This record gives sequence, structure tokens and C-alpha cells, in this order.
Amino acid sequence: MSTALYGLRENKRIGRVMRGFSSHLFLILISLIIGMPFIWMISTAFKSPQEVAIFPPIWIPERLRWDNFVVAWESAPFGRFYINSLIVTGWGVVMEVIIAALTGYAFARIEFPGRNLLFMVMLAAMMIPGQMALIPNYVTLFHLGWINKYAGIVMPHISSVFGAFLLRQAFLSMSGELFDAATIDGAGHLRSLLNLALPLARPVVATLTLYLFIAKWNDYLWPLIITNTQDMRTLPVGLVMVRSAEYNIGPEHLMAATLFVLVPVLLVFFMAQRQLIDGIAAGALKG
Amino acid sequence: MDAATISSSRQGVSRWNRRKITDWLAFLGFTAPNFILLAVFTFWPVLYSFYLSFYRWNMIAPTKKFIQLENYARMLEDPIFWQVLRNTTILAVSTVCIKLTIALFLAVLLNQKLKGRDVYRAIVFSPTFTTSVAIAMVWSWVLDPYYGLLKLPLRWLGLASPAWLTDPNWALPAVIIVVIWAGIGYDMVIFLAGLQAISADLYEAARVDGATTWSLFRHVTLPLLSPTTFFLLIISIVGAFKAFDIVAVMTGGGPLNSSNVYVFYLYQNAFRWFKTGYASALAVVLFVIILVITIIQMRLSRRWVHY
Repeated sequence: MSTALYGLRENKRIGRVMRGFSSHLFLILISLIIGMPFIWMISTAFKSPQEVAIFPPIWIPERLRWDNFVVAWESAPFGRFYINSLIVTGWGVVMEVIIAALTGYAFARIEFPGRNLLFMVMLAAMMIPGQMALIPNYVTLFHLGWINKYAGIVMPHISSVFGAFLLRQAFLSMSGELFDAATIDGAGHLRSLLNLALPLARPVVATLTLYLFIAKWNDYLWPLIITNTQDMRTLPVGLVMVRSAEYNIGPEHLMAATLFVLVPVLLVFFMAQRQLIDGIAAGALKG
Repeated sequence: MDAATISSSRQGVSRWNRRKITDWLAFLGFTAPNFILLAVFTFWPVLYSFYLSFYRWNMIAPTKKFIQLENYARMLEDPIFWQVLRNTTILAVSTVCIKLTIALFLAVLLNQKLKGRDVYRAIVFSPTFTTSVAIAMVWSWVLDPYYGLLKLPLRWLGLASPAWLTDPNWALPAVIIVVIWAGIGYDMVIFLAGLQAISADLYEAARVDGATTWSLFRHVTLPLLSPTTFFLLIISIVGAFKAFDIVAVMTGGGPLNSSNVYVFYLYQNAFRWFKTGYASALAVVLFVIILVITIIQMRLSRRWVHY
């Protein structure tokens, strides 16, 4: 009897080990499928033109060709693209976070008749696909004289619904007594927001900032439409341009140039990976 | 009541009023920037798109010609529009089916106590935040029919690589593969969050009743996960109707519109061919499609989703 029981337990243990093993096998397979294109890109960026044209491919080139990056950088005004992307992303993120904080605070902490109705109006904006606004916004910006200007790239996309919603939740979850105390001490709403609400909501603000940074850095369609000279292109738009035949550069240079665009995003991702993933999961569950 | 209390209560009322008015002003001041921006760049475009869809205009000419419903009538007769709609539907359905299935499976695996869980999660999630233009660039090279990476596993299977991006039969599948590759991580993370919200006690109770792993999954996990699944379903289908970057960079909608999708066709009409009126009609229909999908799924989810 005891041996039979032992055997059963042993079977269960083996079963668990096997299941763990097959889980790892499948997860490693998927990780490889997801990871390989990245490794392939990096590997290609260091190859010589001859090494690029070998099949089956080699993974580690004979010599690391750092000069691929120099050639890629000089094939187009990438310095300028970088500055443009930094300016546009920086301004966009700062303004959108400010707007999100102001709106979120107002909806969480300031009484106003019809506040809930206004909140619904704001949420309704989420139902409108941004792609619908391409032509109207182009026309509006044309009248404002903002075509091919930084303002034209930034302004249409700094209104905040998701961020305002997120921060409102954060501000609502704070104790009301704190705010009452601040009011009794004579603090106005702006002071309460700056000295009380925002510091307490720092993790949410940080996640929102990172998320907006990545989203704005990656944006392609709108800058493509609104810019029309090379010196105003952002990195993603410039990168696609470089690929066209007139630049005549090989896959190794193209992958090097792709890395220019990706490096800031990958840095942010690996530094704050856990925060970003948890933020996404939490946001989706609440929303 | 003596004079002193009356005057103090009057003072109280006026202080209260003043407080209320400053609150209202603060509210208006705080929310005005956002609402002005939303009005100009989000709500106005809906009205203006409707308006423009009844006109013929090239975006440059000072005058627009009112043509009633002609743009919409043209859409019905435009074979490319129907092809684009078909492509977009194929993209939506195939990505939803394949992506959600794999993502759910991954999430279930990662919901166990497993060594290296966070590493797997980070790797699978990494494409979510990767610049889509960069993804398209890298994949164009992965799909290269001569020296591309994907040729390797195909050769192990004894298959020749199709000319993915230049063959009308393979361009759309190529786009689908990349969209799935790029989107799996997000779905997985959301599923994982959904799984973690399911109470462990439920599993314990079911297991005590002798439920097998499969019946646990079928009768506990799936029903309780249905709100998450519906959320991802909406996001994915709507995502297909908003897809642009991958198609624009990898195939440019070609060859012969075989991989053209809704927003890319809208973009072509608006900013390549300057058919502003027609493109606006497309935008209006896009708006309606997305609205209808959302409403249908909200209705269905009420019936099917078990909370």
C-alpha cells in the first residue's frame, strides 16, 4: 500500500516535471520567434555587403563593421531627424502630461455642475478613430499656418483622454482629508495639485510619461502627412525615406539606421520594462 | 436672533458662494485646454469629415463642388474599395483567431510558477513598444526571398520561400504574420492580468471535485476570462481597421492592392491623389464601421460574457 502511494506521488512529480519541461520548451520556442528578428537586425548591421549575401546566413560576421553606422548616419540628415524627434516627442509628452494632470485633478477633486456629463463627453472622444481626423486636421493646420512646423506635428495629439482618466483614478484613490487639510491651510487647487496630488501619484505619472514618450517617438502616419521637407522629418519618417532607391544603401546600412530609431525606445523599455507591462495590464483592466 | 449672528451667517453664505465660484472657475481653467484641443482636433473633424464627404474637392482649390451622395455611390462601385474591405476583414479575422489563441496559451503557461517567467514575458512583450516602422523594416529584410532569415526554417521544412512582398498571393499573409508577431505580447499581458484576477480558491474547489486540467480550463478559466477576451477582440478588430504603418512600409498596399488595407487606401486617396471628398467619405464609413463593431460587441458581450 505504501509503495503504491509512493509510486502515485512519484508519478505526479514526474508529471509536474514533464509539464514544466514542455512549458519551457514552448516558451523558449516563442521567445526565439519573437527575439530572432531583433538579433538578425543587429547581426546584419555589422556585416559586410558580401556577408549579407550569404545563404544560409551567418550570425556573427568575421569583423564587426562599425563603419556601417557611420555610412548609414551620413546617408541622410539623421542628426536632424534625431533633433526633430526629440523636440516633437519632448514637447508632446510634457504638454500632454500637464493637460492630463489638470483634467484628471479637476474631474477628481473640483465640484462643478454637469461634471459627470462633461466626463462622458471626454470619454466619447475615445470612440473616434484618429484616422478619421487626418484630412480635417490637415485643413485646420493649414489655416493656422502650421503645416511643416513642429507645432503642427505636436498640437493635434496632446489632448488627453486616457491619461486624464488614469490620473483621475489615482487622485480619487487618495484620501479626501488630505485635500481638505490643504484647503484649510489656504492652498488653492493648483497648489494642491502640484504639492499634494502629483507627488502622491508619482508612479502613475511616471508610467504615463514613459508610455507617451514611446507612443510619440514611434508615431509615423501624422508626421508623414504634416511634414514636407527633409529638414522637418522625424526619425521614423526619415528612416522609411532612406530606404527608397535613390539612397541606394544595402540591408546592412538599413538595419544600422533602423537601430538609430530603436535605441532610445529599447533603452526605455529595458529600464522600465516591469513598470510599463504592469501599467498596461492595470490600465486595460480598469478601462 | 440678534444682529451679530445674522451678519455672521450672511458672511458665511457669501464666503461659501465665493468658494463655489472659485471652484467653478478653477474647474473651467483646468479643463479648458483639454476640451479646446478635443473640440478642435477630435470632435470637429467628425463633423467636417461628414461635410466634406458630400463635396468634390482637391484640398487646394478655393471652391468645393457639392455633389450630394456621389462619393458614397462611387464607393459602392469601386472594386478597390471592396478589395480593401475584404483584405482588412481577412487581416482582422486571421489576426484575432491566431493571435488570441497563441496569446492565451502563452498566458496560461506564464501563469504558473515558472523559472524565468519575467524574462519570457519581457521578450514576448518587447514588440509592443517597438517602433512599428522599424518592425516593418526588419521584417522586410527577414522576408527577403534570397537572403532573408525566414528562408531558413522554410528550407528545413523543405519549402521554397515565396517572394513574400512582391507576390500578390503572399503580400497579405506577410502583413498578417508581422501583425501577429507584433501584437501577441500585448494580448498575452492582458490575458495574464485577467488570469491573475481569477481567484485561486475556485481552482482549488474544482480540483477537490475532481476536475481535470482541461475541464478546469474549459469550465473555469475560459468563462471567467471572457470579459478580457472580448476586450482584446474589440481592440484587435478595430486595430485591423486602423492598421497603417506595417502595410505602408512593407508593401505600400501592393502588389495590385493585394495587401491594401482601409486606412492606407484612405491615405492614398487623401494625400496622394488629393481626392479629399472621396477620402472623407471613406473616413465617415470607417467611423461607422468602428462604431458598429463596438456596439455589436457590447451587445454580444452582455449575453456571452460570464462575470
